[in-house]
Amino acid sequence: MNWISSNINRIVELTVSHIWLTLAPTIIGLIVALPLGWWAHRWGRGYAAIVGTAGLLYTIPSLALFIILPVILGTKILDPINIVVALTLYTVALLVRVVADGLSSVPHDTVAAAEAMGYRSWQRLVLVELPVAVPVIAAGLRVAVVSNVSIVTMAALLGIPQLGSLFTQGFQLRLFTPLVTGVVLCVVLAVIFDGLIIWVNKLLTPWRQRTVTS
Amino acid sequence: MNIIGWFSDPANWRGSDGIPTQIGYHLLYSAIALLAALAIGVPLGIVIGYTGRGEAVVAGFANALRALPSLGLLVLLFLIISPVVTGQLVYVLPTIIVLVLLAVPPILTGTYAGIQNADPDAVGAARGMGFTKRQILLRVQLPCALPLMISGVRSSTLQIVSTATIAAYLGLQGLGRFILDGRAQADFAEMAGGAILVAVLAIVLEFTFAWLGRLIVSPGLRRTTAKSSSPIATAVPAPAAT
Repeated sequence: MNWISSNINRIVELTVSHIWLTLAPTIIGLIVALPLGWWAHRWGRGYAAIVGTAGLLYTIPSLALFIILPVILGTKILDPINIVVALTLYTVALLVRVVADGLSSVPHDTVAAAEAMGYRSWQRLVLVELPVAVPVIAAGLRVAVVSNVSIVTMAALLGIPQLGSLFTQGFQLRLFTPLVTGVVLCVVLAVIFDGLIIWVNKLLTPWRQRTVTS
Repeated sequence: MNIIGWFSDPANWRGSDGIPTQIGYHLLYSAIALLAALAIGVPLGIVIGYTGRGEAVVAGFANALRALPSLGLLVLLFLIISPVVTGQLVYVLPTIIVLVLLAVPPILTGTYAGIQNADPDAVGAARGMGFTKRQILLRVQLPCALPLMISGVRSSTLQIVSTATIAAYLGLQGLGRFILDGRAQADFAEMAGGAILVAVLAIVLEFTFAWLGRLIVSPGLRRTTAKSSSPIATAVPAPAAT
């Protein structure tokens, strides 16, 4: 407990950079994945190509990606941008497929009804298909954000400060306190982000509480 | 960039810390962890798939595990074990436990989902032919479950191989050695070399599993897998990255 009170400033700093390193790629990833997923949903061939590429991206271990990206981007190895880009890639890889499957899961009747009501195709997409796909996309986003919280910690092996730095410090000092603090804060962040997405999902889909159909 | 220089230096390919040796260690740790995970995951998956009980517990466990950072878990296990265990085991044990913990959920899920998704018509037909419950399990449900089981084992293997790099953090061997030693000596070529080797190893394994899947799975199942595995396929894949 002494350790915590004397290191409180550093813990807060590490937590803040951890939040930033987790949320930035999750949000950018979602923004990129929406049009890509829509494209994959519309063109069958695009779907196979995108899902294949995404699967292959996933097989690249994060620590390796953190190191290979600077070679490609020309950034410094300690630049947090590498982490953001790497996690954005993972998030896009995960969400593209989820968005495509989410849009495909919209019942045909719903689409037909929107069409009959005179919606143009972009109106149908934004006002009908996308909102109906929200729960599926939210489920994917939950997995993405929770994974991102824990993948960020690997950057500690390179020396980029975030909550994972408390793990390496715990190892170097053979001390439980920094280590457990880091693990607990990671889990707390994951639970908060997860809950946040559940809450936003509920806000965006008010019709789901009332009707029980499908 | 002298990454090519690092790869073409014959000194890096020889000896007890050369590339082939480290790949060997990396695969050794991975194989031990995978075998242990199979020994736990498959029987447990069969029980859950057969009885239909415990699914919620497993799903919750898998989700909770996703939030737990593997590096933190590794150091935590090391600090817990170090006063009790001596010798090399103090480094090996935490590493293997972390790898096994990450690898069990996909194998377990693949097994029970595969058994539950086995075509009910096939199971009914087997029952009608007088198969005992045990025969149905061994000769119908398990072969039907194979595609999903293999995809579970594939996720587990990739998860293990990418996470095995952190074994080097406790001082063990493996491809993580190049990354961490390179970092310590500010030798970027060595770091990048190690990173490329891990990535290539993971991709090679991915393709091996795709090929293995085609080889092992009964040809009669190929048509139905597209249909029956669709609810699983739409389930979100867990990132192999750790």
